Amino acid sequence: MTTPNEPQPKVDSLPPANPAAATASAAAVSAKPVAVASPQPTNPAQPLAPPAPPPPNPLAHLSLPFKGVDYKAKGYHCEATVAPDQVVAVAEVLDKEGLSLDTITGVDWMVEGQMEVVYDYFHPTKTLRVVVRTRIPRDNPEIATIYKVFPGANWHERETHDFFGIRFLGHPNLTPFLLPEDATFHPLRKDYAA
Amino acid sequence: MITKEAIMSNGAPSETFTLNLGPQHPATHGVLRVKMTMDGEYIVRAEPVCGYIHRMQEKMGENRTYAQFLPNTSRIDYLSAMTYTHGFVGAVERALKLQVPPRAEYIRVITSEMNRISSHLVWWGAFLLDLGGFTPLLYAFDDREKILDLLESITGSRLTYSYFRIGGVYNDVDDQFLKGTREFVAHMRPRLKMYRSLVTDNIILRKRLIDIGPISSEMCRKYGATGPVIRGSGVPYDVRRVEPYSVYSEFDFVIPTFQETDSMARYLVRMEEIVQSLRIIEQALDKLPAGPVMAEKVPRVLKLPAGDYCYATEAARGRFAVRIVSDGKEIPYRVKLRTPSLSNLSLFEEASAGMLLPDALALMGSLDLVIPDIDR
Amino acid sequence: MQALQHLISSGWPEPLRLILFLVGILAFVGLNAAYLVWVERKGAARFQRRPGPTEVGYAGLLQPIADAAKLMSKQLIVPAGVDATLFRVAPLLMMSPALMSLAVIPWSQNLAARSVNVGLLMVFAFGSINVMAVMLGGWSSRNKYAIISAARVVSQNVAYEIPMLLVVITMIMVTGTMNLSEIVTQQAGAFWHWNFFRVWVNPLMPVTFLIFFICMLAETNRAPFDMAEAESELVAGAYTEYSGMGFGVFFMAEYANILLGCALATVLFLGGWQSPVGSLLGNPQGVLGNLLGIFWFFVKMYFLVFSVVWIRWTFPRTQFYGLLNLSWKILIPVSLVTLLLSSVMIKLFHQ
Repeated sequence: MTTPNEPQPKVDSLPPANPAAATASAAAVSAKPVAVASPQPTNPAQPLAPPAPPPPNPLAHLSLPFKGVDYKAKGYHCEATVAPDQVVAVAEVLDKEGLSLDTITGVDWMVEGQMEVVYDYFHPTKTLRVVVRTRIPRDNPEIATIYKVFPGANWHERETHDFFGIRFLGHPNLTPFLLPEDATFHPLRKDYAA
Repeated sequence: MITKEAIMSNGAPSETFTLNLGPQHPATHGVLRVKMTMDGEYIVRAEPVCGYIHRMQEKMGENRTYAQFLPNTSRIDYLSAMTYTHGFVGAVERALKLQVPPRAEYIRVITSEMNRISSHLVWWGAFLLDLGGFTPLLYAFDDREKILDLLESITGSRLTYSYFRIGGVYNDVDDQFLKGTREFVAHMRPRLKMYRSLVTDNIILRKRLIDIGPISSEMCRKYGATGPVIRGSGVPYDVRRVEPYSVYSEFDFVIPTFQETDSMARYLVRMEEIVQSLRIIEQALDKLPAGPVMAEKVPRVLKLPAGDYCYATEAARGRFAVRIVSDGKEIPYRVKLRTPSLSNLSLFEEASAGMLLPDALALMGSLDLVIPDIDR
Repeated sequence: MQALQHLISSGWPEPLRLILFLVGILAFVGLNAAYLVWVERKGAARFQRRPGPTEVGYAGLLQPIADAAKLMSKQLIVPAGVDATLFRVAPLLMMSPALMSLAVIPWSQNLAARSVNVGLLMVFAFGSINVMAVMLGGWSSRNKYAIISAARVVSQNVAYEIPMLLVVITMIMVTGTMNLSEIVTQQAGAFWHWNFFRVWVNPLMPVTFLIFFICMLAETNRAPFDMAEAESELVAGAYTEYSGMGFGVFFMAEYANILLGCALATVLFLGGWQSPVGSLLGNPQGVLGNLLGIFWFFVKMYFLVFSVVWIRWTFPRTQFYGLLNLSWKILIPVSLVTLLLSSVMIKLFHQ
């Protein structure tokens, strides 16, 4: 009686591959395997291997563009790419879900003229790792701060500003965190020459 | 307890002064500066200033190949170096879909758990040094010498082991190491009983730690604090159980969790973790399979497929995660190190407001910070 | 021998005898301050399972001399902006009460510099100068850490003087005199005559001894009551700005105070120079008797000093309010109870 939109706990493995690892966990992780329908080849004469089933999306009940990800290959369970102005709203929804902020990473895609900000979240009691990505233009990198939702983002955003120069609008104290107080350079940009 | 309101209502003046717990101070474990605005003995605001040992590890990650960056990982948190190397090596193996042989996985678990015990022993000694008990440090270092000698016999180093390789470990363990490890486990258990009766049950220590520095589980969640900080607040979050990596799912161990949220709870979590690590080591020694210790067919030149890959391990201080962004070349495009001490310290400002100075220092000691872990 | 005996008991002009005693006490305190450092370092090392000083001299016995030479050779820095007079006077003020109080302690049958009728009162009157010395040292240093530490010391010492004085009043009532030499002669006989076991007058006598010992630890700012110099919080506390021999004198004064406290505890509770085996060793008089008295005195006193060192290296530090709570909420009520109990017992049974 499970519908795809019902919240289901996530197991850290694909159901056909390794069920042993799932049942060995003891404490706060419930280990109900998730039922996934595998598409069958339509023509029995062609002995093609069925394409691997897409990984299930544990946050399908949220109306956000999350996609399930193969944990064994990538290390997280679902990810979403959102527009920069939706980052705070997504953070609020994930906060209500009970997730915790893991870290904020900046990536400088110089060739494409964009900077990517990656927000990692983890759940303290369920096996769930969520990644939210967003891209901002490289010449004027600005994005809203999620500090009001997750106070822990304060230091992560300061660090990302130090390394990339991304300005987090609304941040109370965007001064250098790891670099010297009077630093004006951003070392992790790809065009930074020491 | 003396409350600030009681003092203020009796007409105490309300000027504040700035006290600088400078980068050089016996109580901060490493070069951490805390700018404290004090109202008499009470802290109005404690602002940690980091960056005194910032070595830009992430930039180094963009200038070295995957194999060349491996020694850097030991130096991020030198007390718990094995688990940090494990995080990086695991991310690369995950991306390349390398199968690590089971013997190497078991050896990784044994050495990581021994490293965890030695890290907790250093924390214990240094924490008690902060609180004024000078002797347990020396007792802890006595036990730690045994671990360091054992690990030196197979890895060659005492502190920053670069023992794991991409695909396994580089040196097999011999019988002398296995015998020595069993002897160590047998030696350590009575020592822990002695530590319990000498230190943990001491009334002065209990008065110093019980009900001091409460950190609610909600605050932990908002700041991303992990490790013994969140386990001392009642949430049994341990990466080895929630996202089992390596062969941790095959061991039977308990995640120590205490509900009291005070400094004593975090203290007891770590002491219990030493007991559980001893259990894991024993089980791993019993189950150690024979076989090779390096995967076959590790490519000479490591080029990860484009995309990003994460791997998380449970270090002694909390959740350590590596995120490698690769563009298909042999040098990573971006290496992000998510270190536990940074998230653990970020809640210090909010948690220490209104506390007395010695209590705030006890709270900071119970967070178990290693400053190079924060600054990288 | 005869001349020596004559010398000690009577006959010599009083000023000469006093000067000899003062020189003797100064030498004794100096030697002790130096070698108690050795005892502390060796004791700390052995408790921590390491050897301690072994290089300088056999078993490190010349280490204190090396340390004293080092301290004396350093420049006495007086930082700019400090109150110069107070800064220089503070170490001396700390040392003098101990020296003066040691003049009334009876070291043996005939060995007391001055047998003063109000000896006990004199000791505690001088003892209060210690607080002032640390306060002056901390205040004049013009250093926030030093001022915080000085403020803590004042409140700690004042809080612990009260139970100490209550205990001393109890002992005065129990023994009926303030003259330390008489207190010791009352405890003649074997060890069950010591004041420690005088439970028919004060049923809580061992508790009284314990309170006295704890207060002595707190008054001398020894761990676990060393909030004032809590190294891991306040660097060196009130003594941060002192260098060379200024710091050395504070250090020596701390050991002199410990010596005084243990000597007082021995005199008041453990029978002073009385032998614990009574007349089993005969009852020698004269020089031999005095030497034997000194021997027993030192055995008891150094046992207490060793306990002080032992306690320092075993326990962590209390919090500040824990320390004050212990004094105001526990020690004062208990010492008041012992005072009341002793006075009731004396009134009922010993009038």
